[in-house]
Amino acid sequence: MTADRTTPSSVDVSPDDTADGTERTRAAQPVPSAGPAPAPAPVSSSAGHALRLEQLRAFYGDAEQVKGIDLDFNAGEVTAIIGPSGCGKSTMVRCINRMHEEIPGAHAEGRVLLDGENLYGPTVDLVAVRRAIGMVFQKPNPFPTMSIFDNVAAGLKLSGARGGGLREKVEGALRGASLWEEVKDRLSEPGIGLSGGQQQRLCIARSLAVEPEVLLMDEPCSALDPIATLKIEELIEELKQRVTIVIVTHNMQQAARVADRTAFMLTGDLVEVGQTSDIFTNPRDSRTEEYVTGKFG
Amino acid sequence: MSAAAPAAGGINARYGVSARRRRTDVAMRGVLLAGTAIALVPLLLIIYYLLHKGLSSMTSGGFFTSDPTGASAGFFGGAQKIGGIKSALLGTVEIVLIASAIAVPIGIGVALWLVEYGRNSVYANIIRFFVDVLTGVPSIVFGLFIYIVLIVGTGSTYAGWKGSVTLSLLMLPIVIRSAEVVLSLVPGALRESALALGAPRWRVIFKVVLPTAASGMVTGVLLAVARAAGETAPLLFTAGVTNVTTLNPTHYQNSLPLQIYNDFIAGTTQNFNRAWGAALTLVLLILIVNLSARFISSRSRLG
Repeated sequence: MTADRTTPSSVDVSPDDTADGTERTRAAQPVPSAGPAPAPAPVSSSAGHALRLEQLRAFYGDAEQVKGIDLDFNAGEVTAIIGPSGCGKSTMVRCINRMHEEIPGAHAEGRVLLDGENLYGPTVDLVAVRRAIGMVFQKPNPFPTMSIFDNVAAGLKLSGARGGGLREKVEGALRGASLWEEVKDRLSEPGIGLSGGQQQRLCIARSLAVEPEVLLMDEPCSALDPIATLKIEELIEELKQRVTIVIVTHNMQQAARVADRTAFMLTGDLVEVGQTSDIFTNPRDSRTEEYVTGKFG
Repeated sequence: MSAAAPAAGGINARYGVSARRRRTDVAMRGVLLAGTAIALVPLLLIIYYLLHKGLSSMTSGGFFTSDPTGASAGFFGGAQKIGGIKSALLGTVEIVLIASAIAVPIGIGVALWLVEYGRNSVYANIIRFFVDVLTGVPSIVFGLFIYIVLIVGTGSTYAGWKGSVTLSLLMLPIVIRSAEVVLSLVPGALRESALALGAPRWRVIFKVVLPTAASGMVTGVLLAVARAAGETAPLLFTAGVTNVTTLNPTHYQNSLPLQIYNDFIAGTTQNFNRAWGAALTLVLLILIVNLSARFISSRSRLG
């Protein structure tokens, strides 16, 4: 796994990209090298990419929103993050592809290891991190000035990937997002003309076009109707063969339906993580039990 | 005032509108209507006079094709040909175009920096403060400033491009402020999703933010153009007044506002008539620019 993956700092970015990335790395929090040398993360035996959080902390100004989380996301699995509003689950996920620090005044500390490589290292290029870790947001947000085709191609063009086969890649991404059959005859129409559920699958296709190793989904169905939600959930089931999926959800039934493992967060702490069936039927922590049985949240 | 005012003979004593409220309603509506009517009177008068006085000048032969020298054919025939407004019209168009070419890139650049990079930093807020101050500076002050710096300071004379620089100073704060508003209307979610795709920030700006904001920014630019095209004072001691047409911006260049100003100073009936014609031309020019701005903003994707 590690061998066939270029290191984030040496990914083939064009010179101007590198200049930009280098300038932006100033915001990165250099990880203290003190402490035990990081053991390479145990990579899951199945094909795919494993993600590990080590003592991840996230701050808004001085307020600590994520309070030191250690968590493993196994390759080829769907991991759901559940917890009440404001527990820091979205913040935690946004730290994984380093989007958290885009918010003025926000920063994160700790280590995020993708196949054993620390994404919070001092020389890491944010552009490369975000290309390896795709993200789907709560509200579908296709680029309003672009057609369906261009929205998917934007993933490639914006990230500076060059080379031919654009059409094939776009088709592949749209097929991957189960959207191809619905849009193949109107690729040049604006992306915002699609229905909400289609828009969200378009956003998933846009992320897939870059061929990420991990896909973060921040409440991807909360703005969708039940039928569109079902389609996205079926899609997640298919995608997990190819990418490691982390899904934040407010909807416990959804976690139960799609996730192999589920993590429960409360006020910035990780309370419990385990097999989804265990979390819902046989939780170890009383707070988890109270949350999944609807006593609070 | 009793809480349960008797209803004025209505069918529903409890829920009917009282006579006093009904009278107040009628009176207040009347006041508002009268206020609107009063505000419209001068506007309609201006339009009436412009059309009444200007239209006949405008439609006279050679009004747009002869210079105000009287040397060329047609306008106000007979012994005293005074000519049309060709040099003024072309001068205004060129001076304003050059001014836009200066102010628009700089203004949008400043707005981009404020929205995308400066945000709420101290430095950004200082810039916003000075931009606001610049908005409030009377236009004649810009004219004086350029006169001191580019004419007295360099020991040279009036020139069209100096007028353009003056107008660009005037346009700059308008462009910056309007572009800043439009750019900040671009949803943060779009920037986020582009960044999350692994796009460097400059590419996010050029491929996502600017295209999304484009139509709104064009509107702001056109409003600044309309404002600049009507200014007299900044051109008075920068671009100068001249009769002959020149497209060379290093020479004196005529402009519509200054042509009007000069004709009123000259004071003959023919001059007055030409001034009315020039005024109508200027108003129509600005109207076209404003209507374009409206049309473009109605197609804006940012609402």
